[in-house]
Amino acid sequence: MRVLLHALPWLVAVAGYFLLPEQLPLLSSIAIAALFTVSLDLIVGYAGVVTLGQAAFFGAGAYTAGLLAQNGWGEPISGLLAAAVVAAALGLLTAPLVLRSGALAGLMVTLGLGLMLYEAANKAAAITGGADGLQGAEVWPVLGVFRFDLYGQTAYLYSLSVLFLLFWLAKLIVASPYGLSLRGINGNPRRAPALGVPVKARLTAAYALAAAYAGVAGALLAQTTAFVSLDALSFQRSADGLLMLVLGGLGSLYGALIGAAAFTLAHHALSEASPIFWQLWLGIALMALALFGRGGLMGLLRKLGPRG
Amino acid sequence: MAEPLLVVEGLTGGWGEGVVLEDLSLSLREGEAMALLGRNGAGKTTLICALMGVARRRAGAIRLGGTPLERLPVEKRAALGLGWVPQERNVFRSLTVEENLTAVARPGRWDLRAVYGLMPRLEERRANLGSELSGGEQQMLALGRALMLNPRLLLLDEPLEGLAPVIVQSLLAAIRRLVRDEGMTAIIVEQHAHQILPIADRAVILDRGRVAAEGTAHEMLAAPEILDRHLGLNAH
Repeated sequence: MRVLLHALPWLVAVAGYFLLPEQLPLLSSIAIAALFTVSLDLIVGYAGVVTLGQAAFFGAGAYTAGLLAQNGWGEPISGLLAAAVVAAALGLLTAPLVLRSGALAGLMVTLGLGLMLYEAANKAAAITGGADGLQGAEVWPVLGVFRFDLYGQTAYLYSLSVLFLLFWLAKLIVASPYGLSLRGINGNPRRAPALGVPVKARLTAAYALAAAYAGVAGALLAQTTAFVSLDALSFQRSADGLLMLVLGGLGSLYGALIGAAAFTLAHHALSEASPIFWQLWLGIALMALALFGRGGLMGLLRKLGPRG
Repeated sequence: MAEPLLVVEGLTGGWGEGVVLEDLSLSLREGEAMALLGRNGAGKTTLICALMGVARRRAGAIRLGGTPLERLPVEKRAALGLGWVPQERNVFRSLTVEENLTAVARPGRWDLRAVYGLMPRLEERRANLGSELSGGEQQMLALGRALMLNPRLLLLDEPLEGLAPVIVQSLLAAIRRLVRDEGMTAIIVEQHAHQILPIADRAVILDRGRVAAEGTAHEMLAAPEILDRHLGLNAH
């Protein structure tokens, strides 16, 4: 029963590949959004560090992979790794600024860093393409075999596989003593040092880890669309990620998957009808969740079914 | 002769601008269990907090196994071997009992099995959240969690305070096993001397931030007038 529950999201995702061949780009964007939301869950949900600038890492990863592919290195897996390394380095570099001050000050720092990076990418048009976006990226076949096709088959299966692997890696990490200590810090930051937990080092590592995850998500978008727009760095992306996380439920990795899927699907369905309706329903759903649904959609599911 | 495990010399300190501890010195050998006694406000908890680096130190030295601690941050002191169980327990409420224990584990003699062996109640409650535990169970968890650090010195701050008598008995039994059979070095803060002296080797009585009396637990038990003088009604 339990195994089935763990397998369910992945079975649905694979079923989507066969049942919705016309909608593969949408499904890919769900997988990428889910990975981005997992990255936010690691830092916000587990470590308790709230950020409004996670798109900075998403964008850094996207431009890293995009620039590599544009400049003659289109091997996708190493592109993901490079994106992860660049994003993690950016995370390590900025963590002291974000973590040193109080919660609100830290939040403002993440916001400021996000805005700065966006503007920097905008101005550095010679490298990034600026507002026109980064074009001409040539991504090689995955593992040298699977070409990126027009229908998005490879793109979806590639994104889904990466999400699957990194999701289970995240599961292992949050269940490890390190992950538990993050939740301990989150619940009781003053007590943790007395138990030999170096709070700053642990949070810095979590921030860099979440940055690497966001970087890989960005790289996936760059590789599967062969295009990077400034959008990748936008505040909207950071905010949407937080919305997905809250919608799905903080501190539960499945919640991140469910939130990203629900948000992206609802966005797709409602904004096709009318963009204004999308904002309206999103607003209503958010308020309802904030008022009644603590724990998000995942919290609701837990109430319905047995524990686990 | 080798230096005792814990050496405190001329420690002066307190909270903010206030001075609670004045020129306090004491030492503790490996394997010894010290009962730290004194009235409310005598400075017992402040001393523990100063050892951990939570209270403010103005002067004096603290050494653990010869290593000066007084300039180290809290987490370094814990890593070097101070296992602190504070009065307020502070279990991680959103983690289960077992997660509370594994979150801070350091390799050594004390692992999950050993902690569960000492306090079987924790094993029964292993899947319960910290927030679902009774006061006594939280105290056991706080003790177990400190043991998971595999400390060289355990600092127990009023471990029996506010607990139901039946829990007090089982906790006391666990502490007795720790210090008597396992040879754990410990400082145990207590207001009620009669409960803790029978399982301690030595006793130090604090009064207004100074060591007012000191001796073996045996001597203290045999000298009720000293306990009466410094502890008053709490001695019994």
